[in-house]
Amino acid sequence: MLAPLSDYLILSALLFTIGIFGFLYRKNPLIMFMSIELMLNAANLTFVAFGRYLGQVSGQVMVFFILTIAAAEVVVGLAIIVAIFRARASIDVDEIHLLRD
Amino acid sequence: MLTNVWLVLLFPLLGFLWCLVFGRLWPRLSGWVASLAIGAAFAASVSVLVGLLALVPGDRVRVGTLYTWIGSGAVTVPLGILVDPLSTVMILIVTGVSFVIHVYALGYMAGDPGYGRFFAYLNLFVLAMVLLVLAGNFLVLMVGWAGVGLCSYLLIAFWFERPEAAAAGVKAFVVNAIGDAGLILAAALILTTFKTLDYVTVFQEAPRLLTPGGGTVTAITLLLLVAAVAKSAQLPLYVWLPDAMAGPTPVSALIHAATMVTAGVYLIARAAPLFTLAPLTMGIIAWIGAITALFAATIGLVKPNIKRVLAYSTVSQIGYMFLAVGIGGFAAGIFHLMTHAFFKALLFLAAGAVIHALGGEEDMRRMGGLRAHLPAAYWTFLAAALAIAGFPGFAGFFSKDEIITLAFTARTGSAALGVIALVTAGLTAVYMFRVFFLTFHGKPRLDPQAVEHLHRPGAVMVVPLIVLGVLSVVGGYVQFPGEGFGDFLLPAFTFFGVQPVVVYGLNGGIAAASSLVALAGIGIAWLVWQKYPTTPEALGRALAPVHAALLNDYGVDALYGLVVVGAVRGLGVLCARVVDGLVLNGIVDGVGTAVRGLSAGVAHLESGYVRTYAVAILAGVIVILAFLVRGGL
Repeated sequence: MLAPLSDYLILSALLFTIGIFGFLYRKNPLIMFMSIELMLNAANLTFVAFGRYLGQVSGQVMVFFILTIAAAEVVVGLAIIVAIFRARASIDVDEIHLLRD
Repeated sequence: MLTNVWLVLLFPLLGFLWCLVFGRLWPRLSGWVASLAIGAAFAASVSVLVGLLALVPGDRVRVGTLYTWIGSGAVTVPLGILVDPLSTVMILIVTGVSFVIHVYALGYMAGDPGYGRFFAYLNLFVLAMVLLVLAGNFLVLMVGWAGVGLCSYLLIAFWFERPEAAAAGVKAFVVNAIGDAGLILAAALILTTFKTLDYVTVFQEAPRLLTPGGGTVTAITLLLLVAAVAKSAQLPLYVWLPDAMAGPTPVSALIHAATMVTAGVYLIARAAPLFTLAPLTMGIIAWIGAITALFAATIGLVKPNIKRVLAYSTVSQIGYMFLAVGIGGFAAGIFHLMTHAFFKALLFLAAGAVIHALGGEEDMRRMGGLRAHLPAAYWTFLAAALAIAGFPGFAGFFSKDEIITLAFTARTGSAALGVIALVTAGLTAVYMFRVFFLTFHGKPRLDPQAVEHLHRPGAVMVVPLIVLGVLSVVGGYVQFPGEGFGDFLLPAFTFFGVQPVVVYGLNGGIAAASSLVALAGIGIAWLVWQKYPTTPEALGRALAPVHAALLNDYGVDALYGLVVVGAVRGLGVLCARVVDGLVLNGIVDGVGTAVRGLSAGVAHLESGYVRTYAVAILAGVIVILAFLVRGGL
C-alpha cells in the first residue's frame, strides 16, 4: 500500500524548509552546501512523487539531470572553497564580503 | 618632343617614391637617385624647349590631357597641362636650379640623420612646383599650389626637434593657408562665371563674359592676388619667409630661387588675360610690389643674420617682379624671376658654404675675413652680389633695368614707381655688399672653436656654386641673341589677346642712372662697413629709433603677434576656460555626479554577504509564489 501523494509533498516541503533555514543560518559554507543539496533533493522527491502519481517517467528523468547538475555544482563550489581557504585561512562566509560597495 | 613634358612630372615623382621607400635604407644612394631624377627632369624640359622652338611662334600654345579627373554633370576637370613658352621657361628654371641645389645638398646635408627624408621632400617639392607651373586648369594648379605649401612646411620644419624650426614651419603653413583660401574662392568664382576651370577656355572667353574693370573680374583677380601675395611673401603676408630661414640652407635656396615664392608672380603672369581686364587690381599689384621692395630692402640693411638678410632681399626682389607684372610687363617680370633664380640660389648656396664651414654660425658679427679660407664661396658670392646689385653687364642689371624702365615709361607706370624702384636698386647694392664685406673682408671675428672647425667645402658643393656663378654673370644676355627672351615669351600672352608692355634694348638714360646707383651703393657699403668699420655702430646710436624700427620689421611681426595671434589666443583662452571649462565640463561632470548620487543610495544593497542575498532571493521567490497562487494581483 502506497502512502498518498500528499505525504510525499509534505515531506518534500519540510526538507526544503530545513534546507532554506540551514542555508540562511549557518556560516560554514560546507553546511551551506549540504543545505543546498537538501533543497535539491526535496525537489527531486517532488519530481519522483508526481511522476509515480501521474504514471509518467519524465519526472524520474528530470531527477537524473538534477543529480548531475548538483554533482557539477558541488565540484565547482568545493574548489572555490578550497581556493578561498588557501588564500585567507578561513571560510567564514561573513568574512568574505569583498564584492561590496 | 613636346610629349616629353610628362617626363618632367614623372621623374620627380619616381625620385620621391624611391626616397620614400629606400631613403632610410640607403640614404647616400637615394640622394644621388633624387638628384639624378631632377637632372633627368631638366633634360626633359630642355627637349620640350627644343620641341617648342621647332614650331612657329603662333603655334606654341599646346594643351595635353592625361585623363578626365573629375566628370560630374556640367563640370569636367581633366588632369590637363598647358605647354607654352611661359610654362616651358618656368619648368626650365625650376628643374635646372633645383638640380644644382640637389647636387649641392648632397654635400651640405652629409651626415644628417634625416638624409633620405630630406631628399624625398625635395623631390616632392619639385614635383609640386612643376605641377603648379604646368597645370592646364585652376584645379590642377591648386593641387600644385597646396603641394608646394605642404612641402615648404615639411622642409622649413625639417629639423623639427628645434622649437623655432617647428614654429617657423607652422607659421609658413598658416600664412600660406590664407593664400590657399583666396585661390579656392577665386576658382569657385571662375567656375560659376565660366562654367569651367580650363585655362584656355577661361582666358579666351574672358573678354566676352567679363566687363573690363567690372565687379566680377576685379573680385576674381583680387582673390588671386591674395593667393599670390601669400605665396610670394609680399606685404602684408611676407612674415613667414624670414622665419623660414630655420630650415636647412639648400631648402632656403630652393624656396627662394626655384620654387614656392616665384609661384605668385607666375600666377599673375599666367592669369594675365584676367588681370589685364582689372586695372584696379593691376594698380594694387604694382604698388604692393614697389612698397614691398623698398620696405624689405631697408630691413635688409640692419639684420645681423646672413640668411635673414638674404630672405629680406628675396622679398624685395619679388617686389620688383610684382611691380613689373603690375604695370603689364609680364615678360619683364618673368625675366627678372629667372635671373633672380640664378643669383639668389647662388647667394644662398655660397652663404650655406660659409655657414657649413663655420659649423652652423649664421651671425655676421662672428664672421669676417673669410676670403682667404673660402675662395670659391668668396668669388661666387661676389658674382651673385654684383648681379643682384645690378652691376653693369651682370644678369640682374638687364632684368632690373627693364623693370625700372617700364616703371617710368609704361602707360600705367609712374615717376613715383620708377623712383622707388631706383632707390631700392641702390639699397640692394648697399645691403648686399654689407653682407659681402662683413662676411669675407675685415678683421676675423670668429669663435675660436669655429676656427678649428673651419674647412673648405667639397667638390659637390663647389661645382654648383660655379655653375650658378656663370649663370649669374651671363644669364642676362638671353634677352639679346636672335629670338630674345621677351619675344620667346610673347605667344603665351598674345595667344589670349594680351599685349604685354615690353622694352627693346637698353634705355640709355635709365641704364646710366641705375648703374650709377648700383656703384654708389657698393661704394657706400665699402665706406661704411669696410673702410670705417666703426660707422655702423655710430649710425645705429645716432638713429636709434630708426635702427630699432628696422631691426623689428617696422613692428609688423609684433603687430601680427598682438592683433592676430593675440586675438586667436584670446579666443582659445575663452574656449578653454568658458566653453570647455564651464559649459562642456559642467555637462559631463553633471552627468557623472547625478549617476553617482543615484547609485550611492542603491549601492548599500550590495553588502557582499552571501546570506543577505539568499534572504533577498527567498523573499523574491515568496512574492512570485504568492502571485502565482493567487492567480494575479
